[in-house]
Amino acid sequence: MDTLLNPLPHSLSGMVVEDRDRHLFRVARRAFTDDAVLEEERSNIFDRCWLYVGHSSEITNNCDFITRPVGGRELIFNRDRAGVVHAFLNTCPHRGSMVVREKKGNALAFRCFYHGWSFNVNGRFASRFDEGNYGKEHYGGGCADLAQVPRLESYRDFWFVNFDRNAMSLSDYLAGAKEYIDLVADQTEAGMEIVGAGQQYVINANWKLLAENSIDAFHGFPVHSTYFDYLKNIGSLRMESGNSDFTARGMTSLGNGHAVIEYASPWGRPIARWVPSWGEEKRELVERLRQGLVQRFGQERGIRIAETSRNMLIFPNLVINDIMAITVRTFMPDAPNRMTVSAWALGARGEDEELRKLRLFNFLEFLGPGGFATPDDQEAMENCQRGYKNLREVGWNDISKGMPRVGPPMNDDEEQMRCFWRQWRDRMADRTAGGK
Amino acid sequence: MNADAGLSHGLAKDDPGLRARIEDFLYLEAGLLDEWRIEEWFAMFAEGATYEVPPTGDGSETDPATSLFYIADDYVRLRERITRLTKKEAHSEFPRSRQRHMISNVRITGMTGGVADVTANFVTYRAKRGVVDTYYGKHVYRIDCAVQPWKIKAKRSILDMDMLYPGKLTIII
Repeated sequence: MDTLLNPLPHSLSGMVVEDRDRHLFRVARRAFTDDAVLEEERSNIFDRCWLYVGHSSEITNNCDFITRPVGGRELIFNRDRAGVVHAFLNTCPHRGSMVVREKKGNALAFRCFYHGWSFNVNGRFASRFDEGNYGKEHYGGGCADLAQVPRLESYRDFWFVNFDRNAMSLSDYLAGAKEYIDLVADQTEAGMEIVGAGQQYVINANWKLLAENSIDAFHGFPVHSTYFDYLKNIGSLRMESGNSDFTARGMTSLGNGHAVIEYASPWGRPIARWVPSWGEEKRELVERLRQGLVQRFGQERGIRIAETSRNMLIFPNLVINDIMAITVRTFMPDAPNRMTVSAWALGARGEDEELRKLRLFNFLEFLGPGGFATPDDQEAMENCQRGYKNLREVGWNDISKGMPRVGPPMNDDEEQMRCFWRQWRDRMADRTAGGK
Repeated sequence: MNADAGLSHGLAKDDPGLRARIEDFLYLEAGLLDEWRIEEWFAMFAEGATYEVPPTGDGSETDPATSLFYIADDYVRLRERITRLTKKEAHSEFPRSRQRHMISNVRITGMTGGVADVTANFVTYRAKRGVVDTYYGKHVYRIDCAVQPWKIKAKRSILDMDMLYPGKLTIII
């Protein structure tokens, strides 16, 4: 097969090559570097897949709003006076200015500063201009209203938009991922919440490198040895298991390109896995939380929620990693070699103050630009992107690990990336199949 | 003249050289970081000291117990941060970046029992492989001037960027 691989394939579907008989899976490096590929991704993937916009807890009260970029658009995500959730395209129907310029707030109406067109928070045009300025037709058909995104649906407080009016339902799209969102959403009866404003940063690498990296257990020890050294030094590394499912080592394809890896946690989890560095006084509290989960869900599921770490990718660009903390992370390409990342910490609403603090510290120790691990992931991705300068001679990535394995894939195989790439290939190859 | 300037002036009257000595102290700190002498830099901190970088944004998130900071190091985590940065396996700083720390607008905002509260504007440049990252904002220090040598009890670096354009925060800004 290798001799048949053209270093610079021209067809999009030809950029992913799978040979099941020979256990080979290859992805053309051009898929990470080419402007034309990104253009096709915009129309075949980001215009047609369900994209995460925000969490219910970010707009708790009626008339709360936030603004953020999603799928290359600028959106307003808000709750109207009746509490109904909306996602609007943040552009004035008059002459195009972004109507809302704050990042977040609470408002009874939105007003475009350019010419003063105003809108109710349900999107309806609300200005009262004197007669003679506009004809009766002007207000017809919603032409003067804020435009809603074509589709807005939610699952367990996670809200998604879709710019394809004919897309399948969010529920169908999420498919097997719903079970794993449940494992996060069920962690407390009070519900989960986003803590603070989150982190926004830039990585000079193709967005698909972060999709791969976020669910890649293969790189864990080579890249993150200094993080594990740190855990060991401070007494936060606890490999022994008690009655945990320490043997969990799986990877599950969740359909539609989504995948999850699971593994026994070497670290503490504020939702109910104690480590010695937290001190004896927290031990009892964590044990109570753990018993509460077991009571609510039974031994197996309760301990699974408490103990097991999970990294999940929801195609194309949502990561929910329930690890030493929970990160909700989405990313969008600005260019083939550059993406903007938004990452938030998710925690239990009404959580014990000390556990909340541990959750935040757990997060920033590993995750984020100042952590002991994520910067090294960024270095790896940016290093790959630079390595792709050699693609005319060395044109293909190898994603074959675990293909000959008999039985279910392991979490440090690469089957979860193959799930992503098969979906990518199918959506890039067949416009009509996308989103249906 | 505003109130802060008046306060600073008042302290300066008690000890005319204080701000100059604090500036020298901060220049020493910056110089150690410029030269990657980070273990000596860490030795400038008092036991129990903290080092923090709050999230970018409107400045309203000021407590690491309730907001997600970029960095919220207690003394132990700061020591571990330095230990990590000395290793080749801290991949994001291997090979090491070059840095230059600029300090200005140093002001003494308070003085209690020999402990000075100090603010300073900063710009820190980090260069690696043809990319220059710029971090800028305000340092807020608590410096114990009653011990010899002086020790930093707290350093908080408040970024003025509206997002973290460089992507990483692997060096000490």
